[in-house]
Amino acid sequence: MTTVTTTPTERAYEPVIGLEIHVQLRTQTKMFCGCALSFGDDPNTHTCPVCLGHPGTLPVPNAEAIHFALMIGLALECELAPRSIFHRKNYFYPDLPKGYQISQFDIPLWRSGRLGDVRVHRVHLEEDAAKLVHAGSSGRIHGAEASVVDFNRGGTPLVEIVTEPDLSSSEQAGEWLRLLRATLKRLGVSDVNMDEGSLRCDANVSIRPVGTATLGTKTELKNMNSFRFLERGIAAEVARQEELLRGGGEVEQETLHFDPRTGGLSALRSKEESHDYRYFPEPDLVPLAPTQAMIDRARTALPELPGARAQRLERELGLPGDVARLLAFRSELGDFYESALSADGATDPHTLASWVTVELVARLGDVDPAESPVAPEALAELVRLISARSVSGSAAKEVLDAMVADGGRPEAIVVERGLGLAGAGELDAVVDRAIEANPDAAEKVRAGTAKAMGAIVGAVMRETKGRADGGEVQRMVRERLGLG
Amino acid sequence: MIDREQVLHVARLARLELTDAEVERMARELSGILDHLERIVELDLDHVEPTSHVVALENVLRPDEPRPSLARERALAGAPDATDSGFRVPSPGAAAANGS
Repeated sequence: MTTVTTTPTERAYEPVIGLEIHVQLRTQTKMFCGCALSFGDDPNTHTCPVCLGHPGTLPVPNAEAIHFALMIGLALECELAPRSIFHRKNYFYPDLPKGYQISQFDIPLWRSGRLGDVRVHRVHLEEDAAKLVHAGSSGRIHGAEASVVDFNRGGTPLVEIVTEPDLSSSEQAGEWLRLLRATLKRLGVSDVNMDEGSLRCDANVSIRPVGTATLGTKTELKNMNSFRFLERGIAAEVARQEELLRGGGEVEQETLHFDPRTGGLSALRSKEESHDYRYFPEPDLVPLAPTQAMIDRARTALPELPGARAQRLERELGLPGDVARLLAFRSELGDFYESALSADGATDPHTLASWVTVELVARLGDVDPAESPVAPEALAELVRLISARSVSGSAAKEVLDAMVADGGRPEAIVVERGLGLAGAGELDAVVDRAIEANPDAAEKVRAGTAKAMGAIVGAVMRETKGRADGGEVQRMVRERLGLG
Repeated sequence: MIDREQVLHVARLARLELTDAEVERMARELSGILDHLERIVELDLDHVEPTSHVVALENVLRPDEPRPSLARERALAGAPDATDSGFRVPSPGAAAANGS
């Protein structure tokens, strides 16, 4: 085998990616009828003549769904259509009882927005389709003989968000979707749970020679119901398109289904059918012209959004960008952090941030710290004990273990378990013994090998069960070895 | 002029099965409708807002309050085919093989 060198032409393509996101709104009832929203209830227990598409029924839009959609558009800095209308999108599929989906077409509620460094093309309202349960085989569409339709989901309010093709890698697409998810979650308008389908993402993918501005033929990737699948699916499609073009082929415009088990992509519908939806204005619904009162109410309901919060934590407290983003994107962590910070003005923001995002998260996983036995002011107290060098780092971790298990105040736990930092008097003797016990290490440290210090410090830590301050021990050792 | 192929395409999208005679008639009638639209296009309508709706109403909304749903047996009663809990339909996979 000869070594293969990569020539510039072999890496001369760049991906151009846009996302289409469907968000189920967290209203009480469906988009156009009073049936309660549900997830996981018995099939077909939340239906009525409207959402079953019976003739002669009339849809009436849910005011709260429109309020949520207004909040989303404001959060994404979009331009509001003074008067938008609903359209019928016609196609036949068993999950669509009317033979059309009520959606929006040429006058969506919102246009031309932005989140982070990605432009938002449009935001519109529509209704979700029902759920097809495939009787028989594997649960995938192909191969099943008969299917059963569950209309509980049919008619759930959906907001569709379409981005401009501003993303240029699968990782960037994943990162941006995380920002969007955190933003929607903070707005409180959706459960944004990809597993349960309340947040769904399709991707439009094309590639083009680096440095050119024209867009290549795009494909649409469906069914990527996790961040990992989104990133893997896009990466696989970019690789497939590159191979096609390098081999002298052409990308065909088609819809592809990503199979997470194989990592492969397969065509879903034939292209000539997929866009013949014959949209026309929904005659059963009058135009939507949000009043100033509706817009004001949506604006008033906006909380501080994750993007702005990350910037504030970075700017005002000097936190590193990745820590600030973690606190902002998982707003329950940010809330806990800020609550702890305000409980004790003397707490060092950096140390506290690290104890929340590293130590607390390591112990709680995805659990909201507000639901744990750890009180924010207790964590602030622990961090103050650390900063005041009243406990060592390892003893503090033990205190936190106890707090996560049973709650309680750190000072009491320190006393109860004898975890207070060894005082200078106690340490003097311990350090002397450690040096005596490790003559080789002591000699090396004297000769300038700083890392030999570890054996001596380790011995002190073992004897004090971690109750010593490492920096202080090192200082004492150096002093005794005539290096101070 | 609408030709036979266009009629068949639209008929297929609407899942309509037409006899040859019906295809001929539809081609004629649809062409007539388009001719009429072309006459309307001749009018000067530059200053007329597109009319999507003929009623002067906006923002007819309902509060987000749950109302009772149908009992499942009633919901399923009108279905051509059903299981105990749902509407049974031919697998869309089979339909996809026919190009839908």
